Amino acid sequence: MPEADSGLRVSHVSYSYGSKEALQDVSFSVARHRFCALLGPNGAGKSTLFALLTRLFVSPEGRIEIAGIDLARTPRAALARIGIVFQQPTLDLELTVRRNLTYFAALHGLTGRAAAQRIDAALERLDMRERAGERARELNGGHRRRTEIARCLIHDPEVILLDEPTVGLDAASRRAITDYVHRLCEEDGLTVLWATHLVDEVKPQDQLLVLHRGRILAEGTAAEVAGDRPLADAFLSMTAAEAS
Amino acid sequence: MNAYIICLYAILERESLRFVGQRGRFVAALVRPLVWLLVFAAGFRAALGLSITPPYETYITYEVYIVPGLCGMIQLFNGMQSSLSLVYDREMGSMRLLLTSPMPRWWLLFCKLLAGVTISIFQVYAFLAIAAAFGIVLPWAGYLLALPALVISGLTLGALGLALSSIIRQLENFAGVMNFVIFPMFFLSSALYPLWRMAESSVLLRDICAVNPFTHAVELIRFALYAEVNGPALGWTLLALTVFMALALWGYDPARGLIRRKG
Repeated sequence: MPEADSGLRVSHVSYSYGSKEALQDVSFSVARHRFCALLGPNGAGKSTLFALLTRLFVSPEGRIEIAGIDLARTPRAALARIGIVFQQPTLDLELTVRRNLTYFAALHGLTGRAAAQRIDAALERLDMRERAGERARELNGGHRRRTEIARCLIHDPEVILLDEPTVGLDAASRRAITDYVHRLCEEDGLTVLWATHLVDEVKPQDQLLVLHRGRILAEGTAAEVAGDRPLADAFLSMTAAEAS
Repeated sequence: MNAYIICLYAILERESLRFVGQRGRFVAALVRPLVWLLVFAAGFRAALGLSITPPYETYITYEVYIVPGLCGMIQLFNGMQSSLSLVYDREMGSMRLLLTSPMPRWWLLFCKLLAGVTISIFQVYAFLAIAAAFGIVLPWAGYLLALPALVISGLTLGALGLALSSIIRQLENFAGVMNFVIFPMFFLSSALYPLWRMAESSVLLRDICAVNPFTHAVELIRFALYAEVNGPALGWTLLALTVFMALALWGYDPARGLIRRKG
C-alpha cells in the first residue's frame, strides 16, 4: 500500500505503565475509506492505543500518522483531522444536544453560521436533527452515542476513532450504531478505527486487527482472519492459546 | 473571529452555565465566608486587638480586618473546586474531549483557569455586597482596584489547583488535599491574624506565614481594597503564579502522561 494512501498508520509503537508493558511494538495501517475493527479482550491495550492516537499521552517510541500527518511532529494539524468518540460518555447532560455540539465546534475554532450548518449536517447524518433541542439527560443511551458520533463529525475529520462505542447499549442500538458508522465509511469516505471486544460488530469485509496483551495477533479482512470458522471461534481460540 | 477567542468564550460560557446550574455551590461559596465574618469574627473581636498598620489609617474592627482574607478564601476554595471538577472531568471524559482539541494545550488549560477565576470573582463581589449590607463598607476606588488584584490572586490559586489536579489520580485523594492544602494555606497566612500578631507567639510560624503564597495573595487583595498597590505582595503573587502554572503545564504534558489510565 503506498504511503499516501494510508488513513492511519502506526509503526513500532510501544508503551508501558511503569514496568507493565501495555503495548509492544504495535504496527498496522488502515487504508483511506476503510472500516477497521480493533478486536481485543478487556485489558488488551485498546484504550492505551487510543490514548496514544489522540495524544492524551505520547509514546517514547514509534510513529503515528493521521492522514499522512505525523502526530508527534505536528500534533495540532493531526488532531484537527481526527474525530473521536470516547468510551466514557462526554456529553454535558444538563445542556441540550445543540449546545453540546456548539461547545465542541468552538473548541475547534468554529462558530456562528458555519458552525450551525455543520452541526445541522452532522445531526442530519445521524438522524438526530429533531432531537437538537432536547437536553442530553433526556436522551437514551443509544441517542447519546449518536449525538457523540455526530459531534465527532462537525470539524470534518478524515479519520474517526471510536473506543468501544457500544458499551452499555442494548442490541438494537448497538446494531444501529454499528450500521451508521459503516455507512459513514462507505458513503462519506471516512477512515474508521473501531475498538471493540464484541465480534458481532465486525462485518466480513472489514479490516480486522486482533490485539491481545499489547501485541497484534492477526491482521487482514475479518473473513481472512476467521478462515473457515466463525469469527467468534477464531478470536477465542487465538486469545485462549495465548493465555495458556 | 480568532479561533483562540472562540475557544476561550466557549469554555467560559460552559463553566458559567455549569456554575449557574449548581446553585448549591454558589450558596456554599457564600455561606462559608459569611459564617466566618458574622460568627467567628464577631466573637473574636473582643479577644484580638489590632493596631493601626497599613493600609488601615484608623483603628478597625476585626470584621473589617478579615474581609480580604475571606475574599482570598473564596478564591482558594474555588481554585481547588475547579481542580476537583478537573479530576472529575478527567474521569468522566470531558477533560479528554477538551485536551484533544487542536488548540495548544497551554491555551486550553489557561481558558479553563480563567473560567474558574471569573466565577470566583463573581462570588467575591457577591460576598463584598453582603458584607457592605452588614456595614463593612470599603472605599469605592477599592472595589474597582480589587478587580485586577482578584484576577491575579485567582489565577495563582487556580493554577495551584490545576497543578494539583494533574498529580492527583483519584477523587478520594482529593479530600486529603483539601485538608493538607486548603487548611494549612488558610490558617498559616495573614488572612485571620496580622503577621506581627503571629510573631508574638512564634517567630517560626510567622516565617512560615511569610513564605506562604496565600499570605501575599491576601495582602495584595487587602491593599487593593483600600486602593493601594502592595508591590512586594504583587511580585510574590506573580512569582507564585508563574511557578504554579509551569507545574500545571508540566503535569499536563502528554509526554509525561499523568493522564494515564490503566490500559
